[in-house]
Parts: sequence; structure tokens; C-alpha cells
Amino acid sequence: MSETVLELSGITKRFGAILANDGITLQLARGEIVALLGENGAGKTTLMSILFGHYTPDSGTIRVMGADLPPGRPRAAIRAGIGMVHQHFSLAPNLSVLENVMTGTQPLWRLRSDTGAARSKLLAIAERFGLSTDPDARVGDLSVGEQQRVEILKALYNDARILVLDEPTAVLTTQEAERLFATLKDMARQGLSLIFISHKLDEVMATADRIAVLRGGRLTAERRASATSKVELAELMVGRAVHRPQRAPATPGPVVLAATGLGLRIDGVARLSDVDFELRAGEVLGIIGVSGNGQALLAQVLGGIQRPTSGHITLDGQPFDAPGVAGVVAAGIGRIPEDRNHDGAIGDLTLWENAILERLPRFTRAGLVDRTAAIAYTQRIIEGFDVRGGTPATRIRALSGGNMQKLILGRNLLEHPRILIAAQPARGLDEGAVAAVHERILAAREAGTAVLLISEDLDEVMALADRIQAIVGGRLSPPIPAEQADAQRLGLMMAGEWGQHAV
Amino acid sequence: MRFERREAAPLWLLASAPLIAVIVALALSGVLIALAGASVPEAYGRILAGAFGSRLAITETLARAVPLMLTGLAAAVAFRARLWNIGAEGQLYLGAIAAAAASFHLFGSLTPWLQVPLLLLFGALAGMVFLLIPLWLRLRFSVDEVVTTLLLNFVAILIVSMLIDGVLKDPMAFGWPQSVPVTDQGALPKLLPRSRLHLGLAIAVVLALVIWFMQARTAFGLQSRAAGLNPAGAVFAGVPLGRTLVKVAMLSGGLAGLAGATEVMGVTGYVTTELSPGYGYSGIVVAMLAALHPAGVIAAALFAAAMFVGADSMSRALSVPSYIADVTVALSLLCMLVAIFFTQYRIRR
Repeated sequence: MSETVLELSGITKRFGAILANDGITLQLARGEIVALLGENGAGKTTLMSILFGHYTPDSGTIRVMGADLPPGRPRAAIRAGIGMVHQHFSLAPNLSVLENVMTGTQPLWRLRSDTGAARSKLLAIAERFGLSTDPDARVGDLSVGEQQRVEILKALYNDARILVLDEPTAVLTTQEAERLFATLKDMARQGLSLIFISHKLDEVMATADRIAVLRGGRLTAERRASATSKVELAELMVGRAVHRPQRAPATPGPVVLAATGLGLRIDGVARLSDVDFELRAGEVLGIIGVSGNGQALLAQVLGGIQRPTSGHITLDGQPFDAPGVAGVVAAGIGRIPEDRNHDGAIGDLTLWENAILERLPRFTRAGLVDRTAAIAYTQRIIEGFDVRGGTPATRIRALSGGNMQKLILGRNLLEHPRILIAAQPARGLDEGAVAAVHERILAAREAGTAVLLISEDLDEVMALADRIQAIVGGRLSPPIPAEQADAQRLGLMMAGEWGQHAV
Repeated sequence: MRFERREAAPLWLLASAPLIAVIVALALSGVLIALAGASVPEAYGRILAGAFGSRLAITETLARAVPLMLTGLAAAVAFRARLWNIGAEGQLYLGAIAAAAASFHLFGSLTPWLQVPLLLLFGALAGMVFLLIPLWLRLRFSVDEVVTTLLLNFVAILIVSMLIDGVLKDPMAFGWPQSVPVTDQGALPKLLPRSRLHLGLAIAVVLALVIWFMQARTAFGLQSRAAGLNPAGAVFAGVPLGRTLVKVAMLSGGLAGLAGATEVMGVTGYVTTELSPGYGYSGIVVAMLAALHPAGVIAAALFAAAMFVGADSMSRALSVPSYIADVTVALSLLCMLVAIFFTQYRIRR
């Protein structure tokens, strides 16, 4: 049983000044599930990329089934029986499931590919592991959960004995995640060895046999799941006790922002339909949903970037239908975009330029940018929001994700906006930065700001929101109070099961 | 061996990249000069003397630098905003013919104080219009402006060719295909007597400084840099992308048109299809060598002009074709592209 299939010893990898992996030694037994737990930037993905041959380690060796694995050769890793399921799938959306699975397995010089044999092999694997799939479906038409199944099938098709999954539940609903973990356990029973990367304590405790904790590039602890607790793991992961902020009861004021029958069609396809909500001063309204269900577009419509094609938005009861970005910012609406690198910041501009770009008219005198005022404004954000790693004149690219997010938060919250539209405000941040962001959002709520929180992270929504609505296929469910929400009910709402309230 | 992205480019590297590129380009051209059978040090000595060795040489180099500065600025302001204007050559020709036509047919009798600014304006307007067409195609139909601006160069030169053989043909030119002349009151004043150096040099230098100030200090400058660096981020921050690009295109096309107008008003006096030895294309090299910085454009244009003027003189003395100047300038662009790569990446064993 405890036959060792994989042995990483003394893996070290340095990127410039950063030691991403520092002498990591890790074993994996046949039929075992190991969770690699750690914050973002702890070195989990780097370690797995080294295992799979994407990176060459500076030192250290990898042995698979007792044989040395040559470094930096993905093909050798595949041949040795290592399969990788990436966080961002590497599938071709325009090809069928079967074609995707076969990619890379056929010699290029052959004129015809042997689809018949491939099909029966795929179906046999799918049968054996309970991963039902239609080999002829176009991958682009599949749901995210089904696409992930195709990724797993692809690895198994290449005769993987060791399967590595990089944050497999990041894109799944609660129900899909539960189904995935049942499958993983079944695969382990059949003799496969699995490593999955995660920073979610619940799933690690529920699924793994053994948990390896990474912090700052080092393997800081290894625990059997039966001999540890979530509290201990959280401390091991962060290196200190973490307290997410507690929230006081809400004292909601009048409705400040409301939408009635809001709809958006792009190229004739309805992306948002009949969206209704009311947002009150001093409350957090959480919008949950699996990404791709229209929440990004909803944030764009409310943020003035997209014009709705039907319905109405009102601000304090007055029509507020197509104000544009400038109008939205001038009305005291703060916006936190879901992708801070793509939308929220311009990497090669400085902190101060990023801080004032969306409020440029305020910092312009006779066509010239008032640098003194802009730098002072930025300095106030840096001090007030604890932005580390740069001066106002630093390019924002140099900041870490958490500090960049604090700057974005700061430029919106510094002058107490009436409304804050926050899309995935803590995505990709480590525990410390998450706590800081959440604290700021709750402080803004205390100060009377109306917060619309769009998030996929149920823990986040349950920690912050006073009322919760789900978005599915561009439609919003009716709101439920946060006290009535639990993971099960929210999972059902995100799957479109709204009970008798559903229209 | 593999390449890794640098977290930040060191300042000394950014500053020295163009110099290193030029030195490497000169070394590579040296190989070609040696192959042509000439002594390399002597050839470079002759180039240097030809470009800077006498009053005439210096004024010639400066005069040659004027259109290169203006087309270099045209490329630099457009590229900063990721508007790939490859059409400065065509915009230059249209600017030139517009200035000549306006002088001969409209304002010929006006005093220089009125006429010169009007002609410059007409030249700039012609260049603008010729860039706004491809920009409109891009904004309306997503047509790639690299293709449209490049191909419109040939359209522009054919239009000019048609005009100077037709309605704008100079009746006093004994049948030669050349345009009606700029009147004497429309000519750009000389900066130095007995030379071809004209007021265009001052105009180009002042414009470079104005554009530098504009990009660094004005709201429009910040918006156009944001639009170029990250269009999605700029849109999120409320930068009107289309309107910003229209302004950038007017500036870029206007500068290229001005290059044509100053050339015809300051040097040739009339337009032929040989007005420009590829100033529009060399302007792209100049802009890249300057790392798109307006002040750098002045220096890069002087380098390119010195190469062109110096190589002409060198080839008269030695049996090396003056095409070596084109080769060196082109090589310096290639070296600069490699140098830019190395400011962003480092080699790991």
C-alpha cells in the first residue's frame, strides 16, 4: 500500500531575488491524496510546474516510480505517468472532446489518426472512473465543470498514474466541487496518486489523506488530515492566527441605487435580462454566481462602461441610465474591477497616475495635470490604506497584487463614496490582504456607503453581505437575508434553483 | 539558455540602449564596407567629415534632419498610443502638394507673415485627413491600420503623380512632371544665408519640445499614454478611446503633412515624385531609436541625417555605394529592437 510513487527531494527554484521554492522534499504514495496548501505566492504552482517540467529547478531531484525524471521536459513527465490539470484549462474550444483528448498523442507524420481505438479507450476510461462524457461534443459548448472533466480524462488517456490538479475548485459551484472530490477519492481507491493545490481549508480537510503546507517557498508542515484541524492549518498556512473581521448588524438607510428590468444584449444575444435590485445606504448586497453568468457585465453596466439596452437605473430615485464612466465617478460611485491588472490599473503608469486617471477632470487645471495635488492625493491613499512597496512615482506594475488592490480600494474609498461596486475584490489575494480588504469594505458600510459586492467566493459573501442575490444566465434571483444563507442554499441558488420565488 | 522577464528595466540600460544599438549597427556596416574593399576607419572618417566637417556639411545635415524629425515625431506620438501609422510617407507627399497648390492658387499674393503659416496649416491638414481615413476604418470596421496606412502611401504618391502631370502641373517646366511652385513670399525663411537650412528646423525642434511637455504634463497626454499602454484599463477609467485616438491621429498625420510642407517650402520649391527619399519610413526608425521620446527624436533624426549626408560624401571619395547609409540606418533599427528586448528580458543560462 505505502509504495512510494513520487519523490521530490530538495527542490529549489529562484526567480531573481525571490526564492520561490526552498529545498522542498515531498513523497507521494500509491493511492494517496495529498493536498498542497498555501497562500498565493507560497510556491505551490511553481513546485508543480517543476514537477511537470515547465520550469527547471536550480537544484533538487525528482524520482517517479523509482526512476529519475529529467528536469525541464514536459514530455518526459507525461511519459513517466504524470498528468496535470491546470487552473486555466489548456483545451481547444473549437475541437470535440475526443479530438482534445487525442491532441499530442498521435505521431504527426501519420496521415490518418486512429479515432476508433481512441474513442473506445476514452469511453473505457470514462466508464471506469465514472467521468461520463460525450466524445463528440464541442468543448466550447461544455460547462466549466465538464471542461475540467475533459482535462482529467486527457491526463488519464495519457496513462497518468499521478494526477496533479491546480486549484481545481476555483471555477466550480459547490455541487460540482463535491462531485469532483467524490471522483478523486474513487480514483485514489483504484490506485492513482493525486496531488491537489488549494487554499481552501474545508475541501482540504474533507478530501486529502495528507496535507503539506507551503509558506514562503518552504514546506513548513505535513499533517495527516485525521490529526489536524482547520484552525491549526490556517495558522500553519499564514504563520499567525488570522481573524477575518466581524461585522456589526446593518442599519440600512434609504435606497440609493436601484435597477428595474435591466437588460443587455450584445450581438443579439441577451447577456442580462430583467435584472432587479435595490441597494440601500449602509448595507452590503452580495451578488453570487459562477463566473460567466453575467456578473462582469452587470458591473460594467453599473460602472458606466456598458450602456444597458433595456430597463432603468435610478440613483436616489432619479433616472441614471447612461451616465458614462465620468458621470458615475462624479456621482460618488466607487468601482473595483474584477480584474485589477486588466482593467483596474495600467501597469506602466505610476501610482499617482493610476490613482487619479478616473478622476482626471478634478485634477486638471487649464488642461494641465495638477501633479502636486495628484501626488498628495496618492500619498494620502498610501498612508491611509497601508499600500506598501512604492512611492507615488513608482510604476504600479512593481506592486504586489494585494498592495495594488489596496491602492484601487483607496482611490475609491478615500473620499467616502456613496456607493461602492466591488467585483471580486479579494480574488487572488492572500489571507492577510483579504482581511485588510474586507475590513475596509465593512468600514465603508459602517460609514453609510452602499456596497454592491459581486463575488464567487461564498465565504466572502457570507462574511460581508447583509442580503444575497444569485446571478444565473444573466438573471438575478430574489434576495435572501444573509441569516438564511448557508453553503447548501447558496449553492442551489447559484445553480438556478430559486425555490418558489423563481419566475 | 532561456529568457526571463525583468521585474524592472534598469535606468542605465534604458538610456544606453540606443547608443549600443547605433554602435553595433556601425560595426556591422563596417563589415560591409570592408567587403566593398575600402578601409573602414577611413570610410567612417569620411562619413563624419561629410556630415560635420564644414559649414556646408553641417547645414546640409541639419536641413536633412528637419523632415526626419517631423516624420519621427509623427511616428512617435502615434506609436505611443498604439496607433500604428506607417503612412507618414504618403501624408508627407500630400502635405507637400497641398502647400504648393495653396501657395500658387490661393494665397500667392499674401505677405510671408500671413502666407507661411497658412501654407503650413494646409500641409498639416492634408496629412491629417489622410490618417483620419484609416483611423475611421479601424474604429468603425476594425480594419488593421498597419495595412491601410502602408498601402495608402502608394495611393498618395499616385495621386501626387496624377496631379503634377495634370491640374497642378507647372506650365513653365518644359513638360517635366513637377508641380506648380511655391511663391517667393511663401518660402520658409533661411536660418543661415547661403545654405539650405531653413526655419523648418526651429519649427521641428519647438514642436518636439511642445509634444514632450504635452505628453508629460497635460491631461490629454496622460490619457493618450493610458490608451496606448492598456486600452481596457483606459476605458475602465473613463478615457474616451475613440476621441483620444482621433486627436492622436490628427497630431501624427499633421506632423507628417508638415514634414512635406516644410520640405517643399524650405528646400525644393515644387513637388516631384522624388521629393522624399523615404523620409516617412526613416521616421519610423527615428522614432524607435528615440524609444518614442520626443526629445530623443531630435537626436535620432540628427544621427540618421548625418549618416545619409555623410555617406553621400564618402561614396564620392571611396568606391563604396552611398546605399551604405540606408543599410546602417536600417541595421540600427534592428539592433534597437534587439536592445529593447534586452531591456525587458534577461538571459538565464
